[in-house]
Amino acid sequence: MGRITLDKVTKRFGEVEVIPPLDLTIEDGEFVVFVGPSGCGKSTLLRLIAGLEDVSGGQIRIDGTDATAVPPAKRGLAMVFQSYALYPHMSVRKNIAFPLRMAGLSQAEQDRKVEAAAEVLNLTPYLDRRPGQLSGGQRQRVAIGRAIVREPAAFLFDEPLSNLDAALRVGMRLEISELHNRLKTTMVYVTHDQVEAMTMADKIVVLQAGRVEQVGSPLELYRAPRNRFVAGFIGSPRMNFIEGAEAAAHGAHAIGIRPEHIAVSTTEGAWRGRVGVSEHLGSDTFFHVTGTGLADAITVRAGGEVDLHHGDAVFLTPEADKIHRFDREGARIA
Amino acid sequence: MARAVTPRRKALTTAAAWTVGVLIFFPILWIVILSFKSEGDAIRTPIEVLTSAWTAESYATVQERSDYFKHFLNSVTISVGSTLLGLVIAIPAAWSMAFVPGRRTKDVLMWMLSTKMLPPVGVLVPFYLMFRDFGLLDTRSGLVFVLMMINLPIIIWMLYTYFKEIPAEILEAARMDGAGLREEILYVLTPMAVPGIASTVLLNIILAWNEAFWTLNLTAAKAAPLTAFIASYSSPEGLFYAKLSAASTMAIAPILIMGWFSQKQLVRGLTFGAVK
Amino acid sequence: MATKASRSAARLMISPAVILLLGWMIVPLAMTLYFSFLRYNLLMPGMEEWTGLTNYRFFLTDPAFFDAIWNTLLLVGGVLLITVTGGILLALLLDQPIWGQGVVRILVIAPFFVMPTVSALVWKNMFMNPVNGIFAHIAKALGLQPYDFLSQAPLASIIWIVSWQWLPFATLILLTALQSLDSEQLEAAEMDGAPPLKRFWFIVLPHLARAITVVILIQTIFLLSVFAEILVTTNGGPGTASTNLTYLIYVQSLLQFDVGGGSAGGVVAIVLANIVAIFLMRMIGKNLDA
Repeated sequence: MGRITLDKVTKRFGEVEVIPPLDLTIEDGEFVVFVGPSGCGKSTLLRLIAGLEDVSGGQIRIDGTDATAVPPAKRGLAMVFQSYALYPHMSVRKNIAFPLRMAGLSQAEQDRKVEAAAEVLNLTPYLDRRPGQLSGGQRQRVAIGRAIVREPAAFLFDEPLSNLDAALRVGMRLEISELHNRLKTTMVYVTHDQVEAMTMADKIVVLQAGRVEQVGSPLELYRAPRNRFVAGFIGSPRMNFIEGAEAAAHGAHAIGIRPEHIAVSTTEGAWRGRVGVSEHLGSDTFFHVTGTGLADAITVRAGGEVDLHHGDAVFLTPEADKIHRFDREGARIA
Repeated sequence: MARAVTPRRKALTTAAAWTVGVLIFFPILWIVILSFKSEGDAIRTPIEVLTSAWTAESYATVQERSDYFKHFLNSVTISVGSTLLGLVIAIPAAWSMAFVPGRRTKDVLMWMLSTKMLPPVGVLVPFYLMFRDFGLLDTRSGLVFVLMMINLPIIIWMLYTYFKEIPAEILEAARMDGAGLREEILYVLTPMAVPGIASTVLLNIILAWNEAFWTLNLTAAKAAPLTAFIASYSSPEGLFYAKLSAASTMAIAPILIMGWFSQKQLVRGLTFGAVK
Repeated sequence: MATKASRSAARLMISPAVILLLGWMIVPLAMTLYFSFLRYNLLMPGMEEWTGLTNYRFFLTDPAFFDAIWNTLLLVGGVLLITVTGGILLALLLDQPIWGQGVVRILVIAPFFVMPTVSALVWKNMFMNPVNGIFAHIAKALGLQPYDFLSQAPLASIIWIVSWQWLPFATLILLTALQSLDSEQLEAAEMDGAPPLKRFWFIVLPHLARAITVVILIQTIFLLSVFAEILVTTNGGPGTASTNLTYLIYVQSLLQFDVGGGSAGGVVAIVLANIVAIFLMRMIGKNLDA
């Protein structure tokens, strides 16, 4: 079981309140991603759950029991760190066995569990190597192995993929998702990368300056962002924001339209502009259209084979039902 | 990348470096040579010294007269003992400062180092009297304690700089893995810091081995280490070059050899972690 | 890394060291301070009496005291000057590509391992002795009058001996620092048209600043209390020509058994050392932080 409840959890460093009182429930078996720009308090929040930091106020309950004052070792959670935090002086086998050794399991029991975990993570050939002799992806798997063997109530991941190169990151992302499907254990995952959040999460928690901006499934966040911050943060490339007369025409202070919800035409459309930089990805092309008089540049997604060049005149037409409206404070107008 | 230099330039710099190196080393080389000469030959001109007969008789005389091994054992006990005792106290202290730094950590560290600046002579008298009253004068345990205290700030400082290089995340991982404080320090921190601890130990053994203020003033015969053993050759016997050389060679050889073998760790230690 | 539990553990773990060092500092200091106000001679036990500042008056008006201060400063300053300059030059030399660099390093580092009593005895007898020392032999071979270093220039001779002991330390630290200098920086400077001397002055020397600070700090700690070298070579003489503060207090308290006077000297030494220490701590506080 791994149901984690945060009840008015607060964290202050001296005078600075990094996390104002925050309520959140993480259901058993859920894959929850904390996402937000760096410095938004997502890692601090994870460390509060882990017990590596004291809360300044409020309560953390794990499966209904108050864990606020319980030391990290006794919370029954496992953590995978950004730097992997492997013990460099121990072999892979000893690394994975360490939590079991601390728990006082017999040698035979330790061996059995370590080998089972290594099997799952394809680490069997490397068991007697030192972490220094492994690649980044393998180290990541050792860190996960060390977490798995404890059979924790929940896994905590602190930006685990940020030290990997792009190709490996995609692979590990799939592996972690697969792991979640198999173990069905609660996972709390911190990242600043909204793509990771969108692809992996059951539930995304968007944080900014310690505050929860929105909680919801990836598609809820994509379809109905509660405010401009979430709207801008979720989705890639970023949503275009337009203020002024065009927004007023929609009865809003600002309107947002995602690049994939704008049609491009060389002959007719609602807005007129010129093609600036175009990024050809093969499957898609992103045009940065300038000179519309609406915003500095409007990003538009078009098909991979659209033949437009720098300086060409284009017409843009937003899909009317995909326009998001925001008031002066940035809140969504339903 | 260092650029290739002409062989001619390399030969020149090599010659220069070797000349300087040999000049610096020469006093040590010279006493080793003199120690294998007879007293009569040892005071001749350098050329005559080099061409005269070799003999090991001085070593026998020195050992016979002042029991080298007793002093050697005293030196070993005092330097190793004080260093190990220092480690036991310094490791937890350095752990605290490196991994749970507070607002005043820096000040505490500076204060510790500043006790090292206390001139020993300023507190010699009280120590002398306290040692006398507690019956510690001329005992090895007394000296172990004093030298431990003398070097404690340096041990803490060095360990602190090494510990700070260890990512805190690894200790946190240990904590998440269920390790208590004792396990965290014993199974994770200490093994990871072995190179740094080795440098610290080496440097402190050398400092303690060569310490010549407290060892001279607080010992007489029983607990006298090699520093005192050699100081006893200072005035009249100083004129017996061969015996003085033999005694000196025996006093410095152990630490010299240890120093050479552990040069790498030592250089690291010498810089007190302050120079990378 | 900062929970209440870990903070209280940290306090517990650091306390043995703090308590020991505090005791180490305060107990003898208090005793020294107390003795310095007493007439206290070990040859006359039971005769201790309060004398107020008399000991200080005697110590501070003793011409030997000013000699000792001056000698201490000369000794520390002289050795620092020689070892830092020599160390930089040697480090620059050893940083060049040479054959047998490892062996040369071993030769250069060796004096650091030699205990002060031995190096003092060796220099005094085998080198500086006016009859049988190597310098005397060389002088005679050149037809010159041998020079009695330790009685003619006692302090300079001691500075020389101490410098020999500390040169390896300075060299090694500076060499380590030099080797960490990014050679691309030097190449960039070369491309910018800086001649070797300017490259040294504007790039190498600033890079060494931190290492030089370390050398000065550590050496000063040890040099302020040079003792064995003086005890073994000149006994502070002739007169007070090579007596430093450490040695002066030693003579007063352990040779003349004047604990009161020696303690007053000790207090003065501590005050002076503190002045130097504050100065040094400021310097490293700035330089070591980075």
